[in-house]
Amino acid sequence: MKFAVLVFPGSNCDIDMYHAIKDELGEEVEYVWHTETSLEGFDGALVPGGFSYGDYLRCGAMANQSNIMTALKDFAAQGKPVLGVCNGFQILTESGLLPGALLRNKNLKFMCRTVTLKVENNNTLFTNQYAAGEEIQIPIAHGEGNYYCDDATLAQLQANNQIVFTYSGENPNGSLEDIAGIVNEQGNVLGMMPHPERAANEIVGGADGLKLFKSIVKQWREQHVNN
Amino acid sequence: MKKVKIYVTLKESILDPQGSAVQGSLHKIGYEEVADLRIGKYLEVTIADTDRDVDAIVKEMCEKVLTNTVIENYRYEIEEA
Amino acid sequence: MSTTKFEPTAEQIKEQRLYADMGMTDAEYDLAVEKLGRMPNWTEIGLFSVMWSEHCSYKKSKPVLRKFPTSGPQVLQGPGEGAGIVDIGDEQAVVFKMESHNHPSAIEPYQGAATGVGGIIRDVFSMGARPIAMLNSLRFGELKSARGKYLFEEVVAGIAGYGNCIGIPTVGGEVQFDPCYEGNPLVNAMCVGLIDHKDIQKGVAAGVGNTVMYVGAKTGRDGIHGATFSSEELSEEADEKRSAVQVGDPFMEKLLLEACLEVVKSDALVGIQDMGAAGLTSSSAEMASKAGTGVEMNLDLIPQRETGMTAYEMMLSESQERMLMVVKAGREDEIKVIFDKYDLDAVAVGRVTDDKMLRLIHNGEVVAEVLADALAEDAPVYIMPEAEPAYFAEYQAMENAEPAVTDYKETLSALLQAPTIASKEWVYDQYDYQVRTNTVVAPGSDAAVLRVRGTNKGLAMTTDCNSRYIYLDPTTGGKIAVAEAARNIVASGGKPLAITDCLNFGNPEKPEIFWQIQKSADGIAAACLALDAPVIGGNVSMYNERSGEAVYPTPTIGMVGLVQDLAHVTTQDVKNAGDIVYVIGETKTEFGGSELQKLVEGRIFGQAPTIDLDVEAKHQAQVLEAIQAGVVASAHDVSEGGLAVALVESTFAANGLGIQATLSGSATTALFSESQSRFVITVKPEHKEAFEKIATDATEIGVVTDDAKLTLNGDAGVLVEGSVEEFRSAWKGAIPCLLKSEA
Repeated sequence: MKFAVLVFPGSNCDIDMYHAIKDELGEEVEYVWHTETSLEGFDGALVPGGFSYGDYLRCGAMANQSNIMTALKDFAAQGKPVLGVCNGFQILTESGLLPGALLRNKNLKFMCRTVTLKVENNNTLFTNQYAAGEEIQIPIAHGEGNYYCDDATLAQLQANNQIVFTYSGENPNGSLEDIAGIVNEQGNVLGMMPHPERAANEIVGGADGLKLFKSIVKQWREQHVNN
Repeated sequence: MKKVKIYVTLKESILDPQGSAVQGSLHKIGYEEVADLRIGKYLEVTIADTDRDVDAIVKEMCEKVLTNTVIENYRYEIEEA
Repeated sequence: MSTTKFEPTAEQIKEQRLYADMGMTDAEYDLAVEKLGRMPNWTEIGLFSVMWSEHCSYKKSKPVLRKFPTSGPQVLQGPGEGAGIVDIGDEQAVVFKMESHNHPSAIEPYQGAATGVGGIIRDVFSMGARPIAMLNSLRFGELKSARGKYLFEEVVAGIAGYGNCIGIPTVGGEVQFDPCYEGNPLVNAMCVGLIDHKDIQKGVAAGVGNTVMYVGAKTGRDGIHGATFSSEELSEEADEKRSAVQVGDPFMEKLLLEACLEVVKSDALVGIQDMGAAGLTSSSAEMASKAGTGVEMNLDLIPQRETGMTAYEMMLSESQERMLMVVKAGREDEIKVIFDKYDLDAVAVGRVTDDKMLRLIHNGEVVAEVLADALAEDAPVYIMPEAEPAYFAEYQAMENAEPAVTDYKETLSALLQAPTIASKEWVYDQYDYQVRTNTVVAPGSDAAVLRVRGTNKGLAMTTDCNSRYIYLDPTTGGKIAVAEAARNIVASGGKPLAITDCLNFGNPEKPEIFWQIQKSADGIAAACLALDAPVIGGNVSMYNERSGEAVYPTPTIGMVGLVQDLAHVTTQDVKNAGDIVYVIGETKTEFGGSELQKLVEGRIFGQAPTIDLDVEAKHQAQVLEAIQAGVVASAHDVSEGGLAVALVESTFAANGLGIQATLSGSATTALFSESQSRFVITVKPEHKEAFEKIATDATEIGVVTDDAKLTLNGDAGVLVEGSVEEFRSAWKGAIPCLLKSEA
């Protein structure tokens, strides 16, 4: 399986995402610069964290204007897996690929720590390797991770089981309904504030995130064996 | 040349922790009259002479990039520069 | 002079002594006239004044810096370039440097700290290295005043804002609090980078005819005379000089970083240097001087953010996120292509000449023509008078006495709440310490450890300086600062490689202050030799005074060590119930400058703890050998607050575990003395014999328990007994609580 790691000016978790795929997962991966216009030949797209365009104006707002975002929207429409982490999640909400928005943390401060997530829905292509309700340890590092959407959107997210991860125990950022990660209605676009790519090796902060990437690969292999 | 003043504010229903923090500080130093305080953004855009409809392009820029309509409202004023 | 603005003539500068406002003395002005062979014009006197400021020339600290050992087989680049470089094997090297940004942070703490971080990062990537970690050594007042809290919160926010955005993990450092820093906080930032030997760059303008290129952000009027400003004491009047504060743009620097790291792979690049203090002036003059060449620049070509800037303003601007490069003639376009990708300016602004002159052209006229060496090398060097302050003899004559303690448990709890000892989680929670996913040991243990991707090696790093000891006895305190840094590296499983230092002192024109500088440098030099850790770079920050009151002498030590095998990485946290607890090193009645003395007496006095560098080296060797032999479960150095604090800290991150130990001798000394050269080590019972064979200076004092309690017994029964949780919550809650309390 071949992954694309999108790189915007100011992305800074691109290297982490790349190495999680290459070194820990053992799949193919390439960087794709924001000026590119195609994701041809890739089976999955990863939108990494960081501070694209310095987070100036609004997190993710300017990255959303890049060439590559048009290609990403097509890619998502084809049902291929798209994962946005942290700033990547913000870019996905700005682009409309995911509903809602990310506001400033309720304590107004950037926070870096490892949190406990609950897997609310293990029936997605991103979570099939986790048990339902499983609690996992994943690092967060963000200043604007406070998920918000209106009541109608929330009702829809709940009705469709689109809430994939929630913060268990303490809600670090004030997120609505403790939401840490959501998928789109089709289930092939996941956005989350915590960083699974930082939890892919025991020596640097645990390996609970690796199963997320393994889930994507498993689903992809099954589809491609059936075809 | 036109000068466009754009005011971006968080929607009513959205909690503004920054505004609440500033309001709290004002209360602490004796301005108890402050009943509400919300923080927004102010953008000043200078637009060169153009054949395009300035009002239309400002609106378009606001909707497309300058604001996130999920959480923000905006209004603008266009003046001769 | 071809400028639209009024500028004084050469005669007016002389007659009205206008150079004095730029920090130059009459003698220095006369020397500049002599070097130039005529009276300098306004632009030229500007060049001299910034280049001959203490910040750029080290004119008052050079004799001190010469004391430091700067070489060793591991050193690839010593002081003199952007940052020092040390070999770590496998054709790789580690690049690091620490620098102060004290005065800007005192005036505008967020931007002051942020631009300090930005500046030191540029020093590292201008060597061709990828920055991999940041550390910060910070000093504030005691968080009692509203201003003190504001400075602390904003400095931390500024460091976080810049470091997080640029995506370099902030992995460690230290924060200490003392009333002497109330009006003059210290903000020292250290950056560590990694490089392959073949990519090492130097800041040289070599090759006559080569092209000088300007890259990065545009030049504005910000920060004019920043270098001069930092060479003066802070006062109400200095607060007016607000133009010296620059604004950082971490996004711009991220682009500049990535572009420069691409450029250093190109053989079209000859030399590169950061435009730091004194901006265009220092980078161009130093690059020419180092290469023995000249540089001619056409200032009309400098990318400018404001209109109508004069030559003087452009040359003295300290706008951030800019670099000066020398590129092989004819290959400028290759460089431009790389910067274009990142939407950055890369503009040819001049060329390398053979006449050793820094020549500036503006509006078609030569506006300055000065020998580059005159600016970069010929600043006068001063041997400042020194005098032993009266307090020193008085303190040395005092007997070492125990502060009066009645309730040991309450005292331990109070020490844990002293902000210098208390948990710094409030601080590092705001720093992204994990980005790049190499952080093996995160903030909170003795030293941070990062893996070197693609190898099995690690880099341990720390900053240390107990300025109270140095105030009481600068020679001894200087030794302790280096020794403690090395102890932290060793306890983490690393071998010290080298140090960088940031020498923060008061006004060196005061003989008592200069005495502190000299003596502490003697101590640092001695410890560097004893512990095989040469000085590979650093900076000097003097005039750290507010309204005539100097800070404690604070020569901060930043140290990097090599962990040969990641299996050696050791933390301070106890690991298993049943493990044996040892202390290495002797505990004496030493309370001068200690946390307990400060707590009980409200001030510090007397003799600093003693240190025998041979004993220190021996203990460190034992600990490192035992760690490398695989027989150490946890290791922690004993520092502020003494053994009781070290023991309880070892239990804070170890879920459900506790320690039971028996300490002999006088209880107050046993628990809280700050005697040096000590470690707390825990060892699995099956490794007891092997450990004791290596660590011949270790004394067994207790055992790790599974009851989550701290029990410390003395000769006559229980001294301290309590749950780990009650101590931890006191320790963890102290700083948030201080920040919330009303000023």
